[in-house]
Amino acid sequence: MKVKLRIKRFNPQKDRKPYWQEFEVEAEKTDRVLDALHQIRWYQDGTLGFRRSCAHGICGSDAMLINGKNRLACKALFADLGDYVTVEPLRGLPVLKDLIVDMEPFFAAYRAVKPYLINNDQPPLKERLQSPEERARFDDTTKCILCAACTTSCPSFWVNRDYLGPAAIVNAHRFIFDSRDQGADERLDILASRDGVWRCRTIFNCTDACPRGIQVTKAIEEVKRAIMYAKV
Amino acid sequence: MKYHTYDAVVVGAGGAGLRAAIELTDVASVAVVTKLYPTRSHTGAAQGGVCAALGNTEEDHWEWHMFDTVKGGDYLVDQDAAEVMCREAIDEIYELEHMGLPFNRTPEGLIDQRRFGGHTRNFGEGPVRRACYAADRTGHMILQTMYQQSVKHDVHFYNEFHVFDLILSEDGRAAGVVAYELATGEIHIFHAKAVLFATGGFGRAFRVTSNAQTLTGDGMAVVYRRGIPLEDMEFYQFHPTGMYKMGILLSEAARGEGAILRNGLGERFMERYAPTLLDLAPRDMVTRAIYQEIREGRGAEGKDYVYLDLRHLGKQVIDEKLPDITDFVRTYFHIDPAKDLVPIQPTAHYAMGGIPTDIDGRVVTDEKNTPLPGLYAAGETACVSVHGANRLGTNSLLDILVFGRRAGAHMAKFVKENDLPPLPKDAGERVQQMLDGLLKANGHESVAKIRTDLQRDMMDLAGVYRTAEGLTKMQGILGELRERYQHIGLQDRGSLFNAELVDAVELGFLLDCSEALVSSALAREESRGGHYREDFPKRDDQRFLSHTLAYKRDNGQIELRYKPVVITRFQPKERKY
Repeated sequence: MKVKLRIKRFNPQKDRKPYWQEFEVEAEKTDRVLDALHQIRWYQDGTLGFRRSCAHGICGSDAMLINGKNRLACKALFADLGDYVTVEPLRGLPVLKDLIVDMEPFFAAYRAVKPYLINNDQPPLKERLQSPEERARFDDTTKCILCAACTTSCPSFWVNRDYLGPAAIVNAHRFIFDSRDQGADERLDILASRDGVWRCRTIFNCTDACPRGIQVTKAIEEVKRAIMYAKV
Repeated sequence: MKYHTYDAVVVGAGGAGLRAAIELTDVASVAVVTKLYPTRSHTGAAQGGVCAALGNTEEDHWEWHMFDTVKGGDYLVDQDAAEVMCREAIDEIYELEHMGLPFNRTPEGLIDQRRFGGHTRNFGEGPVRRACYAADRTGHMILQTMYQQSVKHDVHFYNEFHVFDLILSEDGRAAGVVAYELATGEIHIFHAKAVLFATGGFGRAFRVTSNAQTLTGDGMAVVYRRGIPLEDMEFYQFHPTGMYKMGILLSEAARGEGAILRNGLGERFMERYAPTLLDLAPRDMVTRAIYQEIREGRGAEGKDYVYLDLRHLGKQVIDEKLPDITDFVRTYFHIDPAKDLVPIQPTAHYAMGGIPTDIDGRVVTDEKNTPLPGLYAAGETACVSVHGANRLGTNSLLDILVFGRRAGAHMAKFVKENDLPPLPKDAGERVQQMLDGLLKANGHESVAKIRTDLQRDMMDLAGVYRTAEGLTKMQGILGELRERYQHIGLQDRGSLFNAELVDAVELGFLLDCSEALVSSALAREESRGGHYREDFPKRDDQRFLSHTLAYKRDNGQIELRYKPVVITRFQPKERKY
């Protein structure tokens, strides 16, 4: 089948403002938007900018706004999208070129929540023990691939770029609820601040956007409760 | 050109690179230079597990693990290296757990373990539970944990900097690397005492592959062009269970949990090929069995694929232990593995060969294992050799951890004991010339078309089954592709994220890796592990119990030399499962 892609283009070295450009490519129903973007870059317009790597939804490189929803281009199939598809860069992060946005503010928020295990005890000679139930407590938030689909779908983030955003909270959750971790208090202090969890208005865009199926809003609610009731 | 000076530069931010950087960063100044963002590396795509003889669920010993590794590699494994890896695996896993990696747990709270292909109890008696895992996203969890530790240790990253050249000083030491900044098009010289290449494999040389778009053999080609040999390039692994046509990996953990391969007639055909280990035989054997079934007309619907049957595992096992691959199958095939058979075909997966190193990650450049001072390699891009002629499942994750750490530790020592080597005046010259050429390239050939042809022909002529005729033909084709490569044209003349230019450079890297592979494969007139010659179907220890070293000479010719295999505990025997 023939599919049409309407892509938002912008090259700051040449363009004064972004513009739309249409491309037509031959595609199968089982093809993904990423396949079509490759067809365009390889055979029609070599200047088209987008990021990608693994091409099967695990590396988090190719999150973009596809038909108005944040998705990974490698997991968005024409069978589900139809034959006319609009593609734009993620919202809320500076556009560097076409579909490439500056990820640095996103990773800065991630780093701010101390996204690593904090445990100051001398480790045992073997593994620390953790029951399957304790392990299950934070399983969902270990799935995050840092693609930014959630954070850049969040209206609270759009209006306040200092909001740490869903992805950072998800990664804080992953440690706050890990029975081996001792850093919950430090992280909850950070998340209770002005730019922390209270910016969340429970809109659920993040949950809808997550290509890994993480219950993002639920994780944020759990962090809010941990702050309110000082209980992990 | 911009200049940076560090004690050490790590190229690549996958598991091996980050493991080394974590080891280095508190004791030396270190830069991690990666063409991606750190968590985008392909370590994250590894699924099933990482083996260590913890013995958490049944008796196990590192000697058994070592034996399996040596036998799985068809006795081409350097046994001193395999011993180091399997011994140190145990503490390495505990260390990972202490870093926070969320392994699945046993009811007692220990790290849970499961079966994997080729891993056995008591020297081959039957499958053993040795693979430590985090659902079917073990690689994802390793990469995330390494990045978390990098944040904790404040590792200095240069993201989206693509290394195009290695700098060697006049006295023959590694002196740094030359990188191209994707966001600006600028050239950066990283001047350093020690350089580690941890840049992964080159699966993109083949049509059907589990590898990321970005796995183009960069590190291997960069050092190869500087006169350093590539070892055992003919040994390339095809993973048995890639999703049909797409190549996306469906973990061996599926078979570890009990899934079965079935041909078009519904038969469990592995009964005929590996009566003891059945579907959990090593990958090279399972892959050839699938090809054989297809050749004899027993492919599914008469086509070039067979089925992976997970239906009997039950929804709970599938959802809890194999959630990611279930999601892949649902997303891309729109079928449910709990109810439907999954179409699979072998997929180009892993390079056993690569940049030759010793057990400390030092790059060695000849048959006598002479190190090149200051140059290191680890992970898939290196060849230690712990995988020999065929890698066992899970051992790649172990390889990046153990040898990433060892390389980092050795570099820490090296940079303390050595001064900064003098930087050659023309350090960035070669890259500058290459870029100038590409930015003016206006030929009629398309990079994408050359790459597509390369991938198609490598798959058919230098893939699972090989012959002298096919490989010779492939050499001719590579010559033609190289000629066409001289006449490419690019549209993007810009300096801002010029992906077209990067694609062209990467195609050059793929051509180099492919040439080394094909020449090495043609000369190896035997069948061993992942290298199967239909015209020489038997293993020939008399002539070929040795590692190939392929050198690229200045005139473009490839010279092959051989070095002996290190044999300590296990004498070569016939390999049966």
